[in-house]
Amino acid sequence: MSEASLALGRTWKRPPIISNPILRWTLIIGALVYLIAAVMTIDVNWSRVYEGLERGKKFILAFSNPNFSDRWTDIHEGMLESIVMALASTVAGIIISIPIGLGAARNIAPLPVYLICRGIIALSRALHEIIVAILLVAVFGFGPLAGFLTLSFATIGFLSKLLAEDIEDTDKSQAEAIKATGSSWLQWINFGIQPQIMPRLIGLSIYRLDINFRESAILGLVGAGGIGATLNTAFDRYEFDTAAAIIIIIIAIVMVLENTSTFIRGKLQ
Amino acid sequence: MAIKQTTDGIKIWARRNTKEQFTNWIMWFVGTAIFMYCWQGISAETDWDFFWDAPEIAVDISSRAMPPKWDYMTSLWVPLWDTLNIATMGTFLSLVMAIPIAFLAARNTTPDKYIIRNLALLIIVSSRSINSLIWALLLVSIIGPGVFAGLVAISLRSIGFCAKLLYEAIEEIDEKQVEAITATGASRWQVMVFGILPQIMPALAGITVFRWDINIRESTVLGLVGAGGIGLQMQGSLNILAWPQVSLILLVILIAVLISEWVSAKIRGAII
Repeated sequence: MSEASLALGRTWKRPPIISNPILRWTLIIGALVYLIAAVMTIDVNWSRVYEGLERGKKFILAFSNPNFSDRWTDIHEGMLESIVMALASTVAGIIISIPIGLGAARNIAPLPVYLICRGIIALSRALHEIIVAILLVAVFGFGPLAGFLTLSFATIGFLSKLLAEDIEDTDKSQAEAIKATGSSWLQWINFGIQPQIMPRLIGLSIYRLDINFRESAILGLVGAGGIGATLNTAFDRYEFDTAAAIIIIIIAIVMVLENTSTFIRGKLQ
Repeated sequence: MAIKQTTDGIKIWARRNTKEQFTNWIMWFVGTAIFMYCWQGISAETDWDFFWDAPEIAVDISSRAMPPKWDYMTSLWVPLWDTLNIATMGTFLSLVMAIPIAFLAARNTTPDKYIIRNLALLIIVSSRSINSLIWALLLVSIIGPGVFAGLVAISLRSIGFCAKLLYEAIEEIDEKQVEAITATGASRWQVMVFGILPQIMPALAGITVFRWDINIRESTVLGLVGAGGIGLQMQGSLNILAWPQVSLILLVILIAVLISEWVSAKIRGAII
């Protein structure tokens, strides 16, 4: 800094987040243009929204007085079905994910196998659960089987991808040591790779169980079983007290699952 | 690790000792039993005739769906633009709400460790445990169908995600910088703006782009419950069994999701 500028006593200015001024201004102007265009095209029926505030208040008040009893049989069956679907699909998903995860790890799979497995993972991750559920309901008919298959398919994309990344990060020397004893391929995987990824696999599986339960709550909207159908009916009939009861149960189960998974993952690491 | 002794007195290596082996076996047994119980429940609810028909029906539907009806694309541009708006404006709106909640939930910035922090954590958990489709259902029944309901649904669902990641980032900041700003005599707000915000800015940008990517994927299906976007067109086409239109919509969704994923990965790569 030169004498002159010090004498003038320049004040300090915060350095901008994006240092390139051209990029910065293009981004700012672009964002503004987009914002104006977006706000102009979203037409909101404000009088309808205003009318709705009354119902919104009713819904929030319903949480202080949830109605568990009127539709208890529906809620009970739906919840049980959601839990059953979540559990079964997590197990099935893990069983299918392990071979695909092994195939998608570049350090143990040959290139053709790698590409096929990565393709399956990409497909499973790109399709939203509800879309898969719609297609499977069309093919397999209504009921929890479609939901089970949907969740299993979604689990594959999640679990195989993270598993493959973990396998790629494993310590090479351990696997090599097992190989040096003259092990077969299965023994090599079982004793060289598996012990290294086991803690993470268990942690991810429990986390996925949590996600699967949350997702199973919406599959009922398209007829794939679970609590979603009951919830949908409750909203359609403006039975906010029943809807509140269902949402409270969902939140409670998710909280329990989340705490269990944090606890188990904490123990494993 | 354990050593096993064979009957002839030779010691061999075994992976587990007897106790470990036993617990292992019990855990597998219980796990299998639970799975079988669940499977029985699913199987009882299933019409297996439909299951065995499935391959035929799948072939039938895909033959109807091919080729996609390409000229239907002209009526998809507007819903696609709506979908983009729901995701982008929803993410923006959720950040406006998530940032204060994150500051209230972080251990080092919360004004009150017990009541306010737990309240903020409860908001985060509730927002996270309810799927955006359920939020959309709720909002459609409250404020009526349309893009606005979808936008609010996406923003409410995103609060929990953004606030959780953000408060974890706030808890990991370097306290020395905050102390330095405090030492200049800065007020509480000035400390936040000059001491904390610059440190969490990269995390904030990363979280935003990450959530935006997820929101694009979610907003494509919100239309199924009437909350605007391309899902509305899909619902309409499914209802009239117009499979060529459905296949085109699915293709469009797939491309949109892949593009958003690519954009998000690029931006996150540039930030980190």
